[in-house]
Amino acid sequence: MERDQEKLDSFTRRAFFIGALQGVALAALSLRLTWLQVVEGDKYKTLAENNRINVKIIPPSRGQIVDRFGVSLATNLQNFQILVTPEQVENLEKTIVDIKRFISVDDLSIKKALRQAKRNAKFLPVEVRDKLNWDEVSTIELNLAKLPGVFIQGGDLRSYPYKEATAHIVGYVGRVTESEMDKDKSPLLSMPGFQVGKSGIEVEYEEILQGKPGSAEVEVNVHGRTVRELSRTASTQGDRLILSIDAEYQRFVQQRLTTERSAAAVVMDAKTGAVYALANHPSFDPNIFTGGISVMDWEQLRDDPAHPLNNKVAGGLYPPGSTFKMVTALAGLEAGVINANTTISCPGHFDFGNNRFHCWKHGGHGTVNLTKAIAQSCDVYFYKMASALGIDRLAEMTRRMGIGSDLDFDLPETKAGAVPDTAWKRKQKDKVWHPGETINASIGQGYMLASPLQLATMTARLVNGGKAVKPWIAGYSGNKQLYKVSDDDLGFNPKFLEMITKGMEGVLTQGGTAYAMQIKEAGFEMGGKTGTSQVKRITKAERAQGIRRQEDLPWHLRHHALFVGYAPLVDPRYVCAVIVEHGGSGSGAAAPIARDIMLEVQKRNPAIKAMEQT
Amino acid sequence: MSIFKSSFFSDDTTLIGKIRQIAWGQVFLLCIFATIGFLSLYSAAGGHIDPWASQQIVRFGFALGILVAIAVTDIKWVFRIAYPFHGIVIVLLLLVDIFGHVGMGAQRWLDLGVIKIQPSELAKMSTILCLARFYHGKELHEVKQLKNILIPLAMIFIPVGLVVVQPDLGTGLAIVFGGIAMLFAGGVSIWFFVIGISSAVAAIPIAWQLMHDYQQKRVMVFLDPESDPLGAGFHISQSKIALGSGGISGKGFLEGTQSHLNFLPEKHTDFIFTLWAEEWGLIGGLFLLFILGMIILYGYWIAFRCRSQFARLVAFGLTINFSVYVLINIGMVMGLLPVVGIPLPMMSYGGTAMLSVMTAFGIIQCCNVHRDTRLPKGF
Repeated sequence: MERDQEKLDSFTRRAFFIGALQGVALAALSLRLTWLQVVEGDKYKTLAENNRINVKIIPPSRGQIVDRFGVSLATNLQNFQILVTPEQVENLEKTIVDIKRFISVDDLSIKKALRQAKRNAKFLPVEVRDKLNWDEVSTIELNLAKLPGVFIQGGDLRSYPYKEATAHIVGYVGRVTESEMDKDKSPLLSMPGFQVGKSGIEVEYEEILQGKPGSAEVEVNVHGRTVRELSRTASTQGDRLILSIDAEYQRFVQQRLTTERSAAAVVMDAKTGAVYALANHPSFDPNIFTGGISVMDWEQLRDDPAHPLNNKVAGGLYPPGSTFKMVTALAGLEAGVINANTTISCPGHFDFGNNRFHCWKHGGHGTVNLTKAIAQSCDVYFYKMASALGIDRLAEMTRRMGIGSDLDFDLPETKAGAVPDTAWKRKQKDKVWHPGETINASIGQGYMLASPLQLATMTARLVNGGKAVKPWIAGYSGNKQLYKVSDDDLGFNPKFLEMITKGMEGVLTQGGTAYAMQIKEAGFEMGGKTGTSQVKRITKAERAQGIRRQEDLPWHLRHHALFVGYAPLVDPRYVCAVIVEHGGSGSGAAAPIARDIMLEVQKRNPAIKAMEQT
Repeated sequence: MSIFKSSFFSDDTTLIGKIRQIAWGQVFLLCIFATIGFLSLYSAAGGHIDPWASQQIVRFGFALGILVAIAVTDIKWVFRIAYPFHGIVIVLLLLVDIFGHVGMGAQRWLDLGVIKIQPSELAKMSTILCLARFYHGKELHEVKQLKNILIPLAMIFIPVGLVVVQPDLGTGLAIVFGGIAMLFAGGVSIWFFVIGISSAVAAIPIAWQLMHDYQQKRVMVFLDPESDPLGAGFHISQSKIALGSGGISGKGFLEGTQSHLNFLPEKHTDFIFTLWAEEWGLIGGLFLLFILGMIILYGYWIAFRCRSQFARLVAFGLTINFSVYVLINIGMVMGLLPVVGIPLPMMSYGGTAMLSVMTAFGIIQCCNVHRDTRLPKGF
């Protein structure tokens, strides 16, 4: 008991001490409040009668985005909005009717304004209309006295002159969301109408493009209207961003894709990794996002089965199909499983365990060496090789070629894909790897998923002498170089690479799978590889129903058509990857597109012209 | 004799008896405090009950029920779960940190499917309960042993470390303040604090030397936000203008021009005190401070009347926790303290904070109701 008393005494003494400290702190707060409101308060009080001084933030202009030759891809248009502060008007609807006496306002915007006014606090201004022209601005300015609570605000409206053509590269801006405001507490973001990058380059380089806000000390009257400006610090525009893209060529590629229902293509520099064109079809007009997209437009984009909002080049993942065979070949050569003289005989199928794996060619290819195996895309050659190679060595080579990595690419929509091996399957599926799955993987089927961007990178690494090049889009901001040419040597035997490229050359010469799509102009010839990746196997039941050909299947179940290519044949500079979603066959659907865009890029030859700077 | 009498009453274990034992005075003060909050939120929305005030009123009603429910819960139960509860909270914090990293960026919430919980809020309470449980079982001379200093320090700093990496500096700081106060009240040697504080002070110049230029700049802006008027200092400058122009009698309810003309940011959350004091002036501001002082004083009064060391320390620690929040928030909006971004409990709009404050007061009331209950020394 005594001990308890001792404890209580100790606690009481010490708690009193802390209590006293808190008392002091509370007293300090009271004194501070008194100081601010009574002693210093006079400073603000005189102004509080009629006018008040306040600091207003001047939002910066967003930095421009231009292509490699300085052609504008994202720029700012002057945008005048007419706003009303609900708190300062007796009846918002009446005020809008008053405004309509001077300028036209459509019913939809009126509805939107009224709804917004209901939802927001009364002191927050609502927009009645934007994109006012000069006449309208001056008419309203002249009549402001008759329109209490109304004011005009000038701001920037982001504009994308290339519209659909560059939508997936440049991206778009939009209003700041609440979660973005929580993350970045800068008062700039909570300014009404301020916009930030939402996708593509716009969001990736937000910091560079945003710029620095300025400020103005202004005197405002009781209605909150600025009476006079006392001082001003100008805002600084965001830096100009120069991309590796060739805008005109980009538009050409985009146009070329429109013959298909859903397709994507990328063309890049085999040596530097600079992306010259990155196009998706269908696409969307990013201009409809600035200033808020309508629900109808949004639903239409979202629900389109061809997914116009998706960047299929960087974020679309597909089984690479036969375009993957070069990786299998190189893995086999490097591991010593095959050499220049290895030949096999292809009877049209390959038996492994209890399973029979078919070659795409029914009767088989007969005697096949590596060059012929690539040129004619003989599946059995790769089945056989891969069963000796094993999945783990194949997977290691796949990763060296850039598949399974986001490649540090500058678009946030980029996806890494999947490179399956024994460890991957154990982790993802909790199952053991079957050797039969290696057979599937050898021709780019099964779990393997790659993006067209990765396939283009893979092709670049094959034809540039085995340099670990990575794709990039952002070149310079101001004078600062943003890209890095990665030319680490991947350590491949040059002889092996030569054998593979010879096979790729063969694809577009007599006997090759895409012979009909060769480029005939001298000096512009290309090499490449077709790929047809299975979406769904035609089942026995369907066969019984008479479905034999791809065309008989519904669109979304047909094969994807792929093509990777490079040109010119000597010292290749350009590589491309093309996918036609559910296009049927690589040679029939993807190769013609590749032929046209590879010819065009060589004619324009953007690589030899220096990138515009500053 | 009077001791016997009071023990007779508080041993009345019927529900009605317990409810009668709640210190209703403090609950009444909390109601006044909450009402000030409702009025301010009503004003922040420009004279609308939506979107903030209505929600807050519903939450308060709900939280009041929780307060009473906790107050009548047997304190032996609170005593028993003190250790396991702290352990669970640490595990939850770990989970948040792990899944937070997967989700990129700061994440304080843990989604359990059915409910979402914010373990950092729980950590404030669990640390206090855990420390109180620890000191309850120790004699004064034992408390002064090194081992018995290190264990409580671990109880404090393990959750603090996990909270700070979320990153949630404000909550981490609150746990440290509360924990150190517990150490002090628990009877840790004065020398420990003298040495601790003086070595911390001595470490400042060394840490400063080790910092990069940009880090030093960041600290400077943190300590003196007004040196960066468009960034960190924007809120504070605006807050001071709003406060100062309020004057002695204020601008009147719903008439706070600085707040309503949109120059005061976050007026419904962190800066709600400013809005109140702009509209109700020095009189309203001092009244609010007085109410807060009374609530805190009540907490001390409850702590002093408890017979077990556990209840005493719990009531004390949770009161400290509340007052740390209040003092830091109000100090911040007046430009006395750096901006840490913590809300004013109860008044600021937000459900979690409201719930956690009322839960804490529920536990304080539980200590009051069971002030004469004997609790075992050992495990």
